[in-house]
Amino acid sequence: MAERTVENHGHGEHPSYLQHHFDTAEQQFTSGKLGMWLFLATEVLLFAGLFCAYAVYRGSHPEIFIYAHHFLDKNLGALNTVILLSSSLTMAWAVRAAQLDQRKLSAALLALTLLGGCGFLSVKYVEYSHKIRDGLLWGTKYAPAHGAHGATAPGHEAAGQAAHQAPAPVVDPHAAEAQAAVAATRPGAIGPDGVPVPRTFAPDPVVQSQAAALDLPASLSVEPSLIKIAPAGPEGVVQPETIKDSLIRDPAAAPKNVHIFFGIYYLMTGLHGIHVVLGMGAIAWVLRKTVRGEFGSAYYTPVDLVGLYWHLVDLIWIFLFPLLYLIH
Amino acid sequence: MSTSETLTGSRPLRAPGAGHESDNYLNHSKGILSWIFTLDHKRIGVLYLVSILSSFFVAGMLAMLIRTELLFPGRQLVSPDAYNQLFTLHGAIMIFLFIIPGIPAALGNFVLPLMLGAKDVAFPRLNLLSWWLWLSGAFLAVVSILLGSVDTGWTFYTPYSTTTSTAVVSMVSGVFILGFSSIFTGLNFIVTIHKLRPKGMTWFRMPLMLWALYATALIQVLATPVLGITLLLLIMERVMGIGIFDSRLGGDPVLFQHFFWFYSHPAVYIMILPAMGVISELISVFSRKHIFGYRFIAFSSVAIAAFGFLVWGHHMFTSGQSDLITVIFSALTFSVSIPSAIKVFNWLATMYKGRIQLDTPMVYALSFIVLFSIGGLTGLFLGALATDVHLHDTYFVVAHFHYVMFGGTVIAFLGGLHYWWPKMTGRMYNESLGRVAALLIFLGFNVTFFTQFVMGSHGMPRRYFDYLPQFTIYHQISTLGSYLMAIGFFLCGAYLVHSLYRGEAAPANPWGANSLEWHTPSPPPHDNFEHTPEAGDPYDFTDWTYDPAIRGYVAKSRTSH
Repeated sequence: MAERTVENHGHGEHPSYLQHHFDTAEQQFTSGKLGMWLFLATEVLLFAGLFCAYAVYRGSHPEIFIYAHHFLDKNLGALNTVILLSSSLTMAWAVRAAQLDQRKLSAALLALTLLGGCGFLSVKYVEYSHKIRDGLLWGTKYAPAHGAHGATAPGHEAAGQAAHQAPAPVVDPHAAEAQAAVAATRPGAIGPDGVPVPRTFAPDPVVQSQAAALDLPASLSVEPSLIKIAPAGPEGVVQPETIKDSLIRDPAAAPKNVHIFFGIYYLMTGLHGIHVVLGMGAIAWVLRKTVRGEFGSAYYTPVDLVGLYWHLVDLIWIFLFPLLYLIH
Repeated sequence: MSTSETLTGSRPLRAPGAGHESDNYLNHSKGILSWIFTLDHKRIGVLYLVSILSSFFVAGMLAMLIRTELLFPGRQLVSPDAYNQLFTLHGAIMIFLFIIPGIPAALGNFVLPLMLGAKDVAFPRLNLLSWWLWLSGAFLAVVSILLGSVDTGWTFYTPYSTTTSTAVVSMVSGVFILGFSSIFTGLNFIVTIHKLRPKGMTWFRMPLMLWALYATALIQVLATPVLGITLLLLIMERVMGIGIFDSRLGGDPVLFQHFFWFYSHPAVYIMILPAMGVISELISVFSRKHIFGYRFIAFSSVAIAAFGFLVWGHHMFTSGQSDLITVIFSALTFSVSIPSAIKVFNWLATMYKGRIQLDTPMVYALSFIVLFSIGGLTGLFLGALATDVHLHDTYFVVAHFHYVMFGGTVIAFLGGLHYWWPKMTGRMYNESLGRVAALLIFLGFNVTFFTQFVMGSHGMPRRYFDYLPQFTIYHQISTLGSYLMAIGFFLCGAYLVHSLYRGEAAPANPWGANSLEWHTPSPPPHDNFEHTPEAGDPYDFTDWTYDPAIRGYVAKSRTSH
């Protein structure tokens, strides 16, 4: 026993990166790795609170989410997904390069990963500034600027008009189907035959939002839920942009408390954005050390751990993107 | 980290005072900076100890003010608003600054690597960072007191916490930071126990204190982040008006309660599990008998940690949960009593036919068993739906959680403090005064809080500034009990401080325990052990015999070398 202790303290045998309380480099490496995984578990649980809030409000108010997600730009979201996934690839590759003593390659890949982070944040900046301009904010700050889009995009204006001048609604008291479709957005609602409507979402959000967007004649004293929507005219299917613009133009179309969606959107993407920034800081730190030649096949723990962190940041986005942007 | 001195240093003599002459962690380096930036887990443990004891003193004084205010109906000392702030601060400081870090961060930091036979925790820098985070959190708490204090109760329930004009944001930010301090301690402990066990230290040779700290650390790591996000949401609600807990904006205030208790109920087990670990050590050592049912105690710690996550809803029986949910939460709540009872039965079985020695730590351990049993059993009244509706938000609840948190955690903390005091400081305290103080605290505690069970079941609501005349006698008995307790604490503080200056030098093993921290001098050297110790059965005391010359135990096998 005594000999072992002396061995452990022999300074000549301790590489500079090995801390004094570890016996071997492997013990230090696996400790660091376990520590990082535990830290990632805490991060997941930190986000879990927000995912839980999302689930609670989406469960109780699906109409808010279905309505409000139209205001998120799917293309920009998809672009960011691609950017982050690619940066995860370059990160993993950088770790591999560090393990293989390919210092320059590792540095280049880390720089690329950093660039990916910058790209993600830039796109996010564009998205946020669009929302702020349109007044699509959280809670007490929510003040949508109706018509903002129509003014900037005359082409869409026309399409919006078309949506408004859709054929008059056909009132059909027996339209149980349509009623069920609308009622389904309110969980626990009772169908026309007294049977509870199953908790399914409306099959077609386009139809639904159109129903809400329609201007009903004042004389028509029929429950809006009993209106069956006629096809959108000979022109055919309404383009997604048109829906968004018509929604913006018509405040009556909005369900109550749309700001809840945007509150959750800003909280989730904002907290995620903070993590992207922190991850970029960590990548910059290992990049600097890599350039100085501190890592190699014998010791690459920090690169590995930062890589794990970056993959988590990526993974959280993989959940955020469909939950916020791709709702049906 | 110059380690060569300790190696070349002479073998420690087993004589009083020897520990102080040789190099140890206390005199290894000098100056305040060598303390506040230390990476040594033992010094960090001492830093934590000083810090949490200061908070305990402050929060205890607040409690004295509360009890004094309640001596008679109507206003005595403070205004109703100030009273609200008093009980909020008492609760928040006791919970977040004292009890949660109490045993794990102060005692645990000191003993965990020693018990394991390791040189330090896995991440010493993170350990130091966690103490600094504690300090920052405490600083923010002080700032919020200066900014006009907080009057929400320690639970920060919405919508009151989002509308009150008091300094909620700074206080909540402080608690948020304290949460990270707690997470880092837990993370460090888990990795240390997994990765730094020396050869021969298998999972089932670990002292039960380490199992308890491990289970605690699991909760710290898994539950605290949820508190973090909850408090962050509360801050966002106040600062930016996000509306997620605000019913005027379509939000749900009860959601806050769910989020809050998802952390704060497991946090109750962050408080009690390490206390149970301490008691498992004390009962076995001072009964001079091998612990009974080692594996049952070890696994019941982990079981309590697991069950602890499934019972949070029992805090909201009257908050408008669905009936189904309340029934499920009630049933799950009862299930927690199984692993808790397993522990109590095993401790009793350990004492059975043991040679019980009533040293101060054992007096605390026995107090713990009595008080924790009362606290646990009264919890069943609150877990049962029908009785809870009557008892909810009365002094019955106050008495219940004080029996568990004070009668459980604080008493075990004091027991552990007295048990490891010779190891930490290298000094012995006055044993008779120790027993007197322990008895005073036990009596004072029961007078204070047993009365509150009666008062609560008669309908006295908690957190009220004023009360009906029929409750006067109960409040007065309770207040007198709290004064008795305070005398016990001042006595305890006095002889402990006295021992630092005038206490006899402690032998390496004053109690005849066999876990590894007693295999090294008191106080331990900077690197914990001169020779990496070999782990054996921590509860096999047969090798140790009492040597009256040094007033401590000597290992037969070691002296024969």
